[in-house]
Amino acid sequence: MSIVTVENVHKRFGQNEVLKGVSLRVERGQVVALLGRSGSGKSTLLRCLNGLEVIDSGRIEVAGHEMSYEPARLRALREDVGIVFQSYNLFPHLSVAENIMLAPGLVKRVDKAANRRLAEQVLERIGLLDKIDEYPDSLSGGQQQRVAIARALAMEPRVMLFDEVTSALDPELTEEVLEVIEQLARDGMTMMLVTHEMNFARRVASTVVFMNEGTIWETGEPEAMFSNPKTSEFKAFTQRNVK
Amino acid sequence: MIRPFGMQEFLFLIESAGWTLLLTLIASILGGVLALGLAIARVSVHIVLKEVARLYISVIQGIPVLMVLFLSYYGLAQAGLDLPPVIAASVALSIYASAYLGDIWRGAIQSVHRQQWEASASLALTRMQQYRYVILPQSVKIALPPTVGFLVQLVKNTSIVSIVSVIELTRAGQLVNNVTFEPFKVFIIVALIYLAICYPMSRASRYLEGKSRVYRNG
Repeated sequence: MSIVTVENVHKRFGQNEVLKGVSLRVERGQVVALLGRSGSGKSTLLRCLNGLEVIDSGRIEVAGHEMSYEPARLRALREDVGIVFQSYNLFPHLSVAENIMLAPGLVKRVDKAANRRLAEQVLERIGLLDKIDEYPDSLSGGQQQRVAIARALAMEPRVMLFDEVTSALDPELTEEVLEVIEQLARDGMTMMLVTHEMNFARRVASTVVFMNEGTIWETGEPEAMFSNPKTSEFKAFTQRNVK
Repeated sequence: MIRPFGMQEFLFLIESAGWTLLLTLIASILGGVLALGLAIARVSVHIVLKEVARLYISVIQGIPVLMVLFLSYYGLAQAGLDLPPVIAASVALSIYASAYLGDIWRGAIQSVHRQQWEASASLALTRMQQYRYVILPQSVKIALPPTVGFLVQLVKNTSIVSIVSVIELTRAGQLVNNVTFEPFKVFIIVALIYLAICYPMSRASRYLEGKSRVYRNG
């Protein structure tokens, strides 16, 4: 059974229809790279998957949760779906440990000692255990983004969403974040990434989804798609973005 | 009978300054509780709640505190609710403070990045938990300097309750002047006592203002 199911989803912002009937299935352990020009609807689609955007019609099911905007049911879905944003969005008034421990403590009622061990584990995983008691503003952008990934991981999500997580970073900082994501892929995490890193998508993704004008324009395995684009739009897109 | 301004008169002023402080304290606490509700109502998604809070704030900010005081003192007395002057004064000042603090705090809540809401919602926090652990702690930092600034105003504005014969610092100054006929001396001393209360608060406010920009937003 698919872990993410999207059926004929429509979404508009005012007059602008951003998603025009999107359908998609993701299986456990898949890494799906969502590509497309800005305005193609890829970020909106991702944000619909954890209910940050409310869809107008269609159906979404993630990790066994039928999408519902009733608060308690939406929270149940979000417990199983982690998301990492372009602008990291760490809580600036909390230390790294507190950022990570906040949700498991409040939502899953993990006791303090176990929570701290959990925080240490996820930080170890992303290689920032030594920063555990620092505050976000003393970390580099790349480090903040890795902590944001750790914070999401601490909820032990079944699906991880990444929304252009390296777009705000310098190239050398981008690399350290991509390495963490690649490690997660190797560990078998189901992931969907909106990204502009074509080489990364090609190397790490199991499926590439190219979105254009609010629809899924072309999809397939990365090697086949990049070496042999079926649509002229994707061909043009790769030529512009892959050097 | 005219008396010279002596130690006894000075102590009477100091003692009355205690009432000024007490009224400020009561208005800050009661007004503060009400203000928190108003601020949250103003940013809530409930349109009715939002509009009621907006209306309340506009009305209270749009009328003189003195009217609020008269309404709570004479108005309620006429309605059969005969409040002692100190209570009526506390009520009026609390209402006054709530409208201003409510507005200051609304601004502070709204100045926390929208992404902080999204990030905390995505971690499955409830609305209450978002406020308690993510939004309000950040708002407090932002709200602190203007809040202290308003409290300085509040200290001085408590003087209006002298109208309904609550003997706070200003009223005490008038009484002392009536028996000593040394207005210059008396009111300089009254002013200095106000200054002694307010100046440290202003300094604290400026200090906090300097410290409030501690967060970089990523």
